[in-house]
Amino acid sequence: MNLTLKVWRQAHADDRGSISTYEAKDIPEEASFLEMLDIVNEQILEGDSGEEPIHFDHDCREGICGMCSLNINGVPHSKEQGITTCQVHMRKFRDGDTIWIEPFRAKAFPVVKDLITDRTAFDRIIAAGGFIDVRTGSAVDANSLPIPKEEADSSFDAAACIGCGACVAACKNASAMLFVGAKAAHLNLLPQGEPEKDRRVLSMVRQMDAEGFGNCTNQYECEAVCPKEISADVIAKLNRDYAKAAVKEAVAT
Amino acid sequence: MNSPGKSLCLFWNSSIGKKIVVAVTGLLLVGFLLGHMAGNLLLFAGRDALNDYAEFLHHMLHGAGIWVARIGLLVALILHVMSTISLTLHNRAARKEKYEHEATVQASKSSRIMAISGLIILAFVIFHILHFTVRIDPELANMPDPNEPGRHDVYGMVLKGFEGPFVPAFYFIAITLLCSHLSHGIASIFQTLGLRSRKTEGSIKALSWLVTALLWVGFLIIPMSAYFKLVSDKGHASTGLIQQGTVADSTGYSPGLNRVQSAIQQGTVAE
Ligand code: HEM
Ligand code: SF4
Ligand code: FES
Repeated sequence: MNLTLKVWRQAHADDRGSISTYEAKDIPEEASFLEMLDIVNEQILEGDSGEEPIHFDHDCREGICGMCSLNINGVPHSKEQGITTCQVHMRKFRDGDTIWIEPFRAKAFPVVKDLITDRTAFDRIIAAGGFIDVRTGSAVDANSLPIPKEEADSSFDAAACIGCGACVAACKNASAMLFVGAKAAHLNLLPQGEPEKDRRVLSMVRQMDAEGFGNCTNQYECEAVCPKEISADVIAKLNRDYAKAAVKEAVAT
Repeated sequence: MNSPGKSLCLFWNSSIGKKIVVAVTGLLLVGFLLGHMAGNLLLFAGRDALNDYAEFLHHMLHGAGIWVARIGLLVALILHVMSTISLTLHNRAARKEKYEHEATVQASKSSRIMAISGLIILAFVIFHILHFTVRIDPELANMPDPNEPGRHDVYGMVLKGFEGPFVPAFYFIAITLLCSHLSHGIASIFQTLGLRSRKTEGSIKALSWLVTALLWVGFLIIPMSAYFKLVSDKGHASTGLIQQGTVADSTGYSPGLNRVQSAIQQGTVAE
């Protein structure tokens, strides 16, 4: 199939950047989206334009590492639900289509080069409270600490977040509430995370604000694009846990 | 660890804290709107019912009640506007660079115009207060109740206030935008206060739409009925016959004190 690509090119962080147009020729239908970009890059390298290939992030190419990004036709990870960019296949497009490819955009995710963004703000949020302070000895026996099934399931659902940042990219306000909500809920729901719940929520939310992410306006764009289908329930829980922790901080501890 | 004052500052300066302020003040304002609408609908019960209600509001707690309510609402509105403007500016800054190819998956139109609908509501609220509370128009300010000349004729004022085409048209636009604001806002309260989940999502949406529709009909039926003369100001009408009818009708709604007055009035009409 033949396609027209409108790709964001930006030489470095301070470059203004702009859209460049590429003709992607003879793309096999069975190729993945990233393989399609690999083919276009081969064509760029083989040509004599002297142009650099298109830079983009990727690692596992099987939907588990959270490294691939890309806004495809305005939607992070494409309009297909519950998958990452590396899991998008070209059979979802038609011969002759024009495809817009842009980096995830947010003040807190500055562009490094072309389609690569710096998402280390997420790491700093995790470092602020997305952990538990216990000795990590050998794993304890599975049944020595009973956990209700519903809570274990909810925690597991939240733990599915791969930290890709699509929620931020899709949000009209570049808010990181779905990510932070998922990371906080994952630990807050379990007995191991419970003792540090208040401190965790306050620190993570404060770090999130300091990084320059926006505020949630309850439009649920994040939920719609999340490759792991994290529910906006985790945002409601984060709001609730934050309110409780803030009151306790003010009057109790 | 922190002093309560510092905690309050941290709360106000946090994204979630400000959102909670928006939700709580929004909830208060919605509660006020429901009460205000119910009270206004007394227009359809006649002049005495509406004017008695207005008199009651002004004499609550020896006249202090209305000021407690007014100040409370003003504080809620100011906090709501301050926090939403600050949040909106912050949100714009967080997404400085726009996408060349924008797309929206599921955010409603109403949710995307909250700041604009809010600012138009604000302009409307100011106009509405100058119009019917401060009464900058002397014609509306000097209207004694024909049945009880000692008090203001709210009933006549409302009907007169909606005579021109511009005022009812502005009300129509502003209240429709208010309802657009609330179609997103009411459901939002639950999420912001942490009370929404996948299980309750459907019922919250339904409740939000129901309250919004109720407010739209309840508020607009008044200017529309007045403009299209579905309710007419019989008290100021010229024929004694109609007036007599009104007065006789209205005694049913009047508390004892007014009944004497109505009887006197009826006598006057008979003359
Ligand atoms: C009678 C007047 C008003 C009522 C009843 C009302 C009600 C609400 C409610 C219930 C919410 C949702 C709270 C939440 O996010 O959890 C809201 C949000 C909001 N309001 Fe108002 N509001 C009013 C006036 C205004 C005014 C005058 C402004 C002017 C700036 C405004 C701007 C906003 C904005 C920007 C939001 C946030 C939108 C979002 O988070 O998606 N509102 N309002
Ligand atoms: S919540 Fe979903 S979209 Fe956001 S970072 Fe985690 S996996 Fe990605
Ligand atoms: S490359 Fe690892 S999730 Fe896509």
